[in-house]
Amino acid sequence: MVTAESNPNDTLVSVKDLKMYFPVTEGLLIQRHTADVKAVDGLTFDVAKNETLGLVGESGCGKSTTGRAILQLHRPTAGSVEFDGVELTDLKGSELRRFRRRMQMIFQDPFSSLNPRMTVSQIIGEPMAIHGLYKGQERRERIEFIMNAVGLNPLFAKRYPHEFSGGQRQRIGIARALAVEPDFIVCDEPVSALDVSIQAQVVNLLEDLQTEFGLTYLFIAHDLSVVKHISDRIAVMYLGHIVELSEANELYNNPIHAYTKALLSAVPIPDPVVEKTRERIILEGDVPSPLNPPAGCVFRTRCTRQGTTGCTCSDTTPELTEVSPGHWVANCECCMSD
Amino acid sequence: MARLLDVNNLKTHFFTEEGVVRAVDGVTWHVDEGETLALVGESGCGKSVTAMSILRLIPSPPGRIVDGEIIFEGQNLLEASDEEMRAIRGNRISMVFQEPMTSLNPVLTIGQQIRESIILHLGLNDSEATTRSIELLELVGIPDAAGRINDYPHQFSGGMRQRVMIAMALSCNPKLLIADEPTTALDVTIQAQVMEIMGNLSKDLGTAVLIITHNLGVVARYADRVNVMYAGRIIESSTAENVFHNPQHGYTVGLMASVPRLDDEEHVRLATIEGQPPLLIDEIHGCAFQPRCPKDESCFCSSEGTPELTEISPGHWVADCPCCMSRDTVPA
Repeated sequence: MVTAESNPNDTLVSVKDLKMYFPVTEGLLIQRHTADVKAVDGLTFDVAKNETLGLVGESGCGKSTTGRAILQLHRPTAGSVEFDGVELTDLKGSELRRFRRRMQMIFQDPFSSLNPRMTVSQIIGEPMAIHGLYKGQERRERIEFIMNAVGLNPLFAKRYPHEFSGGQRQRIGIARALAVEPDFIVCDEPVSALDVSIQAQVVNLLEDLQTEFGLTYLFIAHDLSVVKHISDRIAVMYLGHIVELSEANELYNNPIHAYTKALLSAVPIPDPVVEKTRERIILEGDVPSPLNPPAGCVFRTRCTRQGTTGCTCSDTTPELTEVSPGHWVANCECCMSD
Repeated sequence: MARLLDVNNLKTHFFTEEGVVRAVDGVTWHVDEGETLALVGESGCGKSVTAMSILRLIPSPPGRIVDGEIIFEGQNLLEASDEEMRAIRGNRISMVFQEPMTSLNPVLTIGQQIRESIILHLGLNDSEATTRSIELLELVGIPDAAGRINDYPHQFSGGMRQRVMIAMALSCNPKLLIADEPTTALDVTIQAQVMEIMGNLSKDLGTAVLIITHNLGVVARYADRVNVMYAGRIIESSTAENVFHNPQHGYTVGLMASVPRLDDEEHVRLATIEGQPPLLIDEIHGCAFQPRCPKDESCFCSSEGTPELTEISPGHWVADCPCCMSRDTVPA
């Protein structure tokens, strides 16, 4: 399977053939199930302890759904999610809640993800109350400790979210995720809504916290430069499938799948001298609807090589295959050719 | 190259109940014919308000252009009548907006919307305008343009809508195209499609482009010259090469160092600019960057007058603040 390390004990999260379909129904009184939006369609990957796995792809490719399905915020349609050796898809109620303490989430929008009627200390304290951790004075000390850790002045504990800037609010969101001492954090586009200089502050903070608390991240974003900066390994998603998964520098230096190549070449590098000579691969057309994805290789409608190698990707779904140690590619002959 | 647009000491203020917001506070810059100029800076630094001021699209009240002049092809647009402005908008100066979902009229077909400005400004008749619209749609790469001209905006994807916007903007062969965050709402691969089309077309037609963006990658790829804005003022202006490789102002230096690059081999910690940009509602005395400048001990920039843009080498202008310009302000 797709593991970072050979030692399976290092694996914290193990996802196997994860599928998340959203049913589409028709009719007012009698709802008939007419189709499925195949948001995530058969993902397999592991996240090692202390690792940052980046998940990139364009809007609607299923990145966020993957994050939510791992945390069981959406119950997966099929497949398995193991967290520290325990199968999460079998857990319910209080058993699942016990695990939720160890898996937290940081959201994209620092404006809508904080309750405007709660103070900072209430926001950070709420997860502790839910999980029955730290009582009384201890909780106040813990809130102060966390606020310091994320770079917020503890004197602001009694303030409301609207009194903070976007970057500071994102720090509150991070503090809330850290409150219950999680092992694993799903960061869903945590810096997309922030300005460049503030983005750098938050990225650095996430890196510092990872070292300090031994955290494992699933870092979801569409900005490849940020993902490459923060991630150890990167998985590239397209239309509910992983098309390539590899160590971050290897992915940049040696991309194999046609979609990865196009995606990398589409990101301009902030350097006019480099950009002058950089060739771009411009993809034609748009991403197909996940309601009716192409059969077989999902990328084939935009692949310029489709049909040229005589491969059978229109019939069979390409499997992730290890082409070099730790470098996995969806095994489609035409997408993998030059 | 001939001068196309001169903006002199432009001040656009918003008079709100809380006080006066000095969104643009004395900017001077120019665009030459056929060049691509980028206006970069963080949200709220006055980039968009600057662009809106050129077309006199500032909502008034509360906004007002309180000072300055905008000379376009020898004419001061701030003294032009409403009728003269209408003849310029969409004709000699056109604009592509950020949000492709809301900037097209949902109840008119794509064809009706492109035809409108062609008929108005170029005086073509209906069928000529239709032919021209189809040509334009083909130019921006809409497949089956003739068949799609009677479709409504909702039948197009985001990237295609933005291409329709570009077709509309270029329909009257403008001298200046203002693109306000044209690709921010789009996905990376679609962003590349749209930018390549816009870049190539403007080059072919000899249109000057003013591109407003916070994406430094886009700036590096497409801009000839760059103006860096901070708190309603320009703090550095030069060629793209200079701004990226030889930035002089502390803010530009910090901004360049805070963006991760896809081609970084080693993991380097990102440089950050501590603190927040100032609120423009408080009057800023002296250098606006002073509270975030990593080096301020002996400098009096905050108590003295606003630092003036000074030419330190041919074509390289920097706000003349001694501490911000010192090379050891590079944040660690």
